[in-house]
Amino acid sequence: MNRILTLSALTLLFAISEAASAALNVFACEPEWAALTQELGGDKVSVYTATTALQDAHHIEARPSLIAKARSADFVICTGAELEVGWLPLLLSQSGNGKIQPGSPGFLDASNLVLKLEVPKVLDRAQGDIHPAGNPHIQLDPRNIAKVAEAVTARLSQLDTANVATYLARGKAFQERWQAAIQRWEQEGAPLKGVPVITHHKDMTYLIHWLGMREVGNLEPKPGLPATAGHLAELFSNMQRDPAKVILRTPFQDARPSELLASRAKIPAIILPYTVGGTDKAKDLFGLFDDTLQRLLQAAK
Amino acid sequence: MIKLVAAVLSAAIALGLPHAARAANDAELQAIREEIKQLRQNYETRIEALEKRLQEAEAKVQHAEASAVQAQTTAVTAAVRPASEGAFNPAVSVILQGTYNNFSKDPNTFRIGGFIPAGGEGLGNRGFSLGESELNIAANIDPYFRGNLTVALSPDNSVSVEEAFFQTLGLSNGFTLKGGRFFSSIGYLNEIHQHAWDFVDAPLAYQAFLGTGARGNYSDDGLQLKWIAPTDLFIELGAEAGSGKNFPGSDRDKNGIGSAALFGHVGGDIGDSYAYRAGVSYLWTSPRDRQFNDLDSAGNAVVNSFSGDSRLWVADFILKWAPNGNPTLNNFKLQGEYLHRIETGTLNFDMNGAGVLGMPVAGGYSSNQSGWYLQGVYQFAPRWRFGLRHDQLQAGTVNIAQVLNGTLTPQDFPTLVGHTPRRNTMMFDYSPSEFSRIRLQFARDESRPDGVTDNQLFLQYLYSLGAHGAHKF
Repeated sequence: MNRILTLSALTLLFAISEAASAALNVFACEPEWAALTQELGGDKVSVYTATTALQDAHHIEARPSLIAKARSADFVICTGAELEVGWLPLLLSQSGNGKIQPGSPGFLDASNLVLKLEVPKVLDRAQGDIHPAGNPHIQLDPRNIAKVAEAVTARLSQLDTANVATYLARGKAFQERWQAAIQRWEQEGAPLKGVPVITHHKDMTYLIHWLGMREVGNLEPKPGLPATAGHLAELFSNMQRDPAKVILRTPFQDARPSELLASRAKIPAIILPYTVGGTDKAKDLFGLFDDTLQRLLQAAK
Repeated sequence: MIKLVAAVLSAAIALGLPHAARAANDAELQAIREEIKQLRQNYETRIEALEKRLQEAEAKVQHAEASAVQAQTTAVTAAVRPASEGAFNPAVSVILQGTYNNFSKDPNTFRIGGFIPAGGEGLGNRGFSLGESELNIAANIDPYFRGNLTVALSPDNSVSVEEAFFQTLGLSNGFTLKGGRFFSSIGYLNEIHQHAWDFVDAPLAYQAFLGTGARGNYSDDGLQLKWIAPTDLFIELGAEAGSGKNFPGSDRDKNGIGSAALFGHVGGDIGDSYAYRAGVSYLWTSPRDRQFNDLDSAGNAVVNSFSGDSRLWVADFILKWAPNGNPTLNNFKLQGEYLHRIETGTLNFDMNGAGVLGMPVAGGYSSNQSGWYLQGVYQFAPRWRFGLRHDQLQAGTVNIAQVLNGTLTPQDFPTLVGHTPRRNTMMFDYSPSEFSRIRLQFARDESRPDGVTDNQLFLQYLYSLGAHGAHKF
């Protein structure tokens, strides 16, 4: 009798702890980190994405739904470098959740793990909405993804010790596949070296840097300010001296300025997926880079 | 090892420098120095990043044995920050604002007809006028608390503490405790700082029931406990206890709690394009000798006062739309609140004995009054917004014992004569960037007791300097 009781108590305890560790609640600020955590966590994590590929992470509001999700999160992964400065601090302070405060294992700032480009020498808002820590749009260099992946694997292992073996195995498998993919992309992307491009915002910098392309202008006169007719005319006259081959924008950016300049300069203006979900083919991180390269190669032909 | 290499490298570059310098002019020298500095920074950042990776790798190994190692993995930040005392400076931001006002009626005689004046009503001055300059300082105090101070510098050169509070950082289980002076979480607009409002002034209902005046919010000194439910639907419940010294309460020399508030909000998304929040709040205060000025039937200036209980109910909602949740091009928000106040107690007529009876006369008093506003703001192009607002108040029923028993007449309380104040407002604003805004506002105001219409025009500028603050939904 006693044995049966002990046994059933143990089973119950096991069931409870099992339920508690059923899945780690992950709150990802952007789709790329959601996709990465999903790759690395598999069925051990339940991932929520705060923004979609059609939203600009600079301009999100601290909506009630986001506060509710942050309240129950075990792990928050965001880009950082002030990309989410307009909404993330509010989510964290309103959530009443001690596990995800900056400085705790449940909070990961992805941009802190990579070498950031365009760290401003002078901090002055007269330069537009610049980021003191450097350009935060780090996800379009796959080598950055690999670095962040290492940290995510470490954090998942730390937060959910019961599944360390799974996380380490998945992490290793992902890194192997990812490194192979990087090699492939770099081969495919070789013809893009030196191709001059214009971007809408300074959000393709890491992609351009990785592939060795050349950024010859931005549609925004200063970071964060909408394109003006005067600035487009200036870009056009600059292009007489230093022609660009293609104009790049994300799915959430206003199409008008890039279409206008493209038709005037008779060069293609294309949409890059920018993040996972940005185009039909960018279903996961691999698809994101496959489609990005394919679109670039097509346009630069 | 890596540090050593970096040190050797920078030393090598430094040694090579004098040769170059001799040949170079000052500008070139400066440029080279810049480059070296950058190089060094680059190395430092890279080293830090490598150290971080190393630490993480170590942490991974340690995990296999014991999971207790936590602090190391999070202790690193890659940003190159000056290692000085100033490195821990809190986030500082400043709001600069001002208006040009044009009123067809004298703003000094402004009153909301049918309501006991809160003392804060007002339109500001005619002509050019500086608004309230706001200084905000905020930072995490330690791993457990965050501190926030907002000081308002008024155009009349006075300084007031708008908010000064501590807040717990992740008490866990969804609880947050706040203490000090803070804007009450009742309603929707009350918690939003005036510079983030969509119109220059507060809704009439806020002015009449919360004494918000043309500017400012209902705040109290006290404590607030808030809880967020562990559900996907946003559910927030909270309670506040305070001194109750601000209108609708009054300063009172008493131990214990002078005001209590309860609030509940629910919210969420409807698809990708809509988000909403709605709620109900309750505020109780117990004013003692809350005074207001009036003119009695003979035209004498009298001071009356109210003592008793004031109970305010607020229902609020806000609905925001942005295509696919991306508000940069177009967005719309619809917002409304309904306020209902019941006051019961004693009204003391003519405290100073200067009126028709030559002495103070006290008697029972009760009032049941309400008001609402509805506003919509549409961003029709990047930077450009257009908004409409309608305000309405119902003076409702006001029972004054001295009038009911014939001691005094309704004409002895001209401010409290039944009235339905109304106002329609239209605004345009243009935001050159996230940190600046220029606004033009027209209002047709019929809230004065005599029912005359005041045409009001405001031209306002709003500038925000310093730290990039996060805005509430």
